[in-house]
Amino acid sequence: MASVSETHAANKPGPARWLVVLVPYFWLLLFFAGPFLIILKISLSDTAIAMPPYVPVFQGAIGDFISRLDFENYLFLTEDPLYIRSYLSSLRIALISTLLLLLIGYPMALAMARAPSSLRPTLVMLVILPFWTSFLIRVYAWIGILKPDGLLTLLFQTIGLMGPNEQVQIFRTDIAVFIGIVYSYLPFMVLPLYSALEKMDNTLLEAASDLGCPPLKAFWKITFPLSLPGVVAGSLICFIPITGEFVIPDLLGGADTLMIGKTLWTEFFGNRDWPLASAVAVILLILLVVPIAIFQNQQKKVA
Amino acid sequence: MKSSRFDATVLTLGFAFLYIPIIILVIYSFNASRLVTVWGGFSFQWYRTMWSNQGLMDAAWITARVGVLSATIGTVLGTLAALSLVRFSRFPGRMLFSGMIYAPLVMPEVITGLSLLLLFVAVGIDRGFWTVVIAHTTFTMCYVAIVVQSRLMTFDRSLEEAALDLGCPPVKTFFRITLPLIMPAVIAGWMLAFTLSLDDLVIASFTTGPGATTLPIKIYSQVRLGVTPEINAICTILIGLVTLGVIAASISTKRAELRRIRDEHVALRGVT
Amino acid sequence: MGQGMAKSLGPVKRKFSPWTDPSAVPFIRFENITKRYGDFTAVDNLTLDIYEREFFSLLGPSGCGKTTLMRMLAGFEEPTEGRILLQGKDISGVPPYRRPTNMMFQSYALFPHMTVEKNIAFGLEQDGLSKVEIAARVEEMLKLVKLEPFARRKPAQLSGGQRQRVALARSLAKRPKVLLLDEPLGALDRKLREETQFELMDIQTNLGLTFLIVTHDQEEAMTVSDRIAVMDKGVIMQVATPAEIYEAPNSRYVADFIGDINIFEGTVSSTESALGAPGAVRIDCDGITVAVEQECQAVKGDRVTFAIRPEKVRISPDQPSDTSVNAVYGEVWDIGYLGDFSIFLVKLADDRIVRAAQANVSRLVDRPITFGDMVWLTWPLDAGLVLTR
Repeated sequence: MASVSETHAANKPGPARWLVVLVPYFWLLLFFAGPFLIILKISLSDTAIAMPPYVPVFQGAIGDFISRLDFENYLFLTEDPLYIRSYLSSLRIALISTLLLLLIGYPMALAMARAPSSLRPTLVMLVILPFWTSFLIRVYAWIGILKPDGLLTLLFQTIGLMGPNEQVQIFRTDIAVFIGIVYSYLPFMVLPLYSALEKMDNTLLEAASDLGCPPLKAFWKITFPLSLPGVVAGSLICFIPITGEFVIPDLLGGADTLMIGKTLWTEFFGNRDWPLASAVAVILLILLVVPIAIFQNQQKKVA
Repeated sequence: MKSSRFDATVLTLGFAFLYIPIIILVIYSFNASRLVTVWGGFSFQWYRTMWSNQGLMDAAWITARVGVLSATIGTVLGTLAALSLVRFSRFPGRMLFSGMIYAPLVMPEVITGLSLLLLFVAVGIDRGFWTVVIAHTTFTMCYVAIVVQSRLMTFDRSLEEAALDLGCPPVKTFFRITLPLIMPAVIAGWMLAFTLSLDDLVIASFTTGPGATTLPIKIYSQVRLGVTPEINAICTILIGLVTLGVIAASISTKRAELRRIRDEHVALRGVT
Repeated sequence: MGQGMAKSLGPVKRKFSPWTDPSAVPFIRFENITKRYGDFTAVDNLTLDIYEREFFSLLGPSGCGKTTLMRMLAGFEEPTEGRILLQGKDISGVPPYRRPTNMMFQSYALFPHMTVEKNIAFGLEQDGLSKVEIAARVEEMLKLVKLEPFARRKPAQLSGGQRQRVALARSLAKRPKVLLLDEPLGALDRKLREETQFELMDIQTNLGLTFLIVTHDQEEAMTVSDRIAVMDKGVIMQVATPAEIYEAPNSRYVADFIGDINIFEGTVSSTESALGAPGAVRIDCDGITVAVEQECQAVKGDRVTFAIRPEKVRISPDQPSDTSVNAVYGEVWDIGYLGDFSIFLVKLADDRIVRAAQANVSRLVDRPITFGDMVWLTWPLDAGLVLTR
């Protein structure tokens, strides 16, 4: 009888309920996990002028298959300094951006959490609203502002900070990339911080004050330590995708702005070197495995 | 109080930073001049040229269809995934499963896009409309799963037990009790999935094929050539649609809140 | 269980004790039930019989396994070992939606998106009854719980007491063989709770159903039940009528759990009928000598517990004629005024505290015995209890 399935429903799926798990499970295995194996295999194959432009590693007998695998692409990545510099530069940009986001996002989240409770839902909505508008649009909006003959130059010239022939030279530089990243990712930083700060019991600060702790010290001793889960969550949610960011460095960055997402894109769409692009992706994934694992652990704890 | 003035300043600057670029974009969509820095007077001309730009309109239509389809499939799959995560604490490969739900939330899009493309090529599927739908379904279902999961966590299981106890079989219980009650979260998940699909450039670029150019791909290719007021116009329309949606959603939650307060009053009157 | 019979019985409780009849067949039988969650044993090899039309309570502190036991009967949990028989039939493996039991949930579990009448009709719809039958039964149920004017309201528009009645009506609508009530009155305030207790008893007798109630509230269990099972750590400590549980607890645990009681450890000094009564036990409790008239397994030298309820202790400033046994002398240390009763905490010379309760029969604000008074506490031979476990 189907007895066990009914009564242990809370713990494990019974035969009749397998579908609930199996359908999304197989979808993700097929379209999320499966492709990673393919990417790994293709990164080990050779380039060819064909469609698809690589020598497949799936054909032939097992022995043949093994012998065809090679680490040529990975060796190439270590030989050409472009790639190593791209990885390092991506990590550097992601790290600096995350710190900037924390510096800007934390005071905002704190201010939101300390706002009157009637105002808070509106403030949260104001933070979320830009997130609902297209990422591409928001990056695009900055082009008009930052470019040499753009609005920022106009503003500086109008208020007399710049002469009529001077121009703001930050478009297509790393600074523009930082501005674009901070702008695009700010909601992702503020919201986890806010939810950590908002949960905090206000009487804790009253107790600290009652015990003779001045406000600033109370912040460092009570508020900040308790908001650390939010800090970690927000930092990871920003840091990981920024590392692989493509749109922002492509639209706002210059020729010398090296980011691995852009390198991968060029390798794929420009040079049509799919095996090399795959190798680039595999290495990026390896770099991000640890932060992603930490992120998942934290999400599970929250859940 | 000093801290409240500090807070007000921080929030003003923060929101100014978030909104000024968008506002500028909207304003300049009505600029008669083609130059960004020159205000040539108020005009709808870019909306007209946008309207007559067949390529842009086709892309918009494809994007809308991809969005509706992928959001809908993604919502079904995501809701099932959320149920699996919350309701079944033990099954083989649960760790892998929850990993696959959380990972796409932070996975760089270039990796997701490239890996899906390679899958489609490896199994010999022609890229086009449906491959984009599959790709979008895959990453949006994870967002839906997270949204629905957080609702299911606070769901009172005794409601389902009560239905079972009254003779309602499990599947029927799901459709009569569970689903109606988690519906707001499911709808929110759908809206999130739809927006994410509308928004996506990178994954769509990898997985699309001939005849399936989505709006972000179209916008991107034009933006690379420089700022054009026509793009401003279509961006303004997108922003307007989203704003309307968000306002409608917040009004409906506000109304639900008012109804709840009224119900409480009725309940109190009921006692006396 | 015809309705005619229910009418003829009326709301008055009848003399009802099938458990004393060896030929009576139990309606529900828990047979060597064990339930484990990993290493934790929630219910430990428990056997229990419940009879038809009985109002039975499972009483115990939280975590004692009482709710688990009830959920196993409802079908939400399956026993790890043992079986549950309903009318002699093993119901293991029968899913909850095919069991002839209905449950009233602690949280009421009213469907928030359905009106009161839809909630009540829900179970009937599952049975495929016709619309006319459903409407008639819903009507009947609304009348039973006096909620007719509220039929079209949503649960959110009801007060706590009204929600409780909807939950009751919904679980009764299908005329279950057994109604399970999980802390049914826990969310109500005290006065409403007391009223509802009596209503529950009326409904149970009138409909002739078997009720199984889980509660941690001993007063509630005492008021409504035919029999009570006191549980602790997954085992049953005692199954008996409320009066037996209170007056003749079988263990120190039960005595201490139900009501207020004074407890002394002591050694049996004699089991002779020195006091003229057969089977009387004399115990030396560190200087206090108590004598109890009770059949007892204890023999001379055994360590036993002597227990006596405060209301059975007499308090008086006057010295009794015999101070050698069942009498102690001390100072009034504290007085708890409870309105109907006053509790006197009397401190003996060796700092032990003995509690005595006295009914406040007259309307005096200043009682004759007050703080610091030296008083005598005495009790008769049949007032106390000897507990061997």
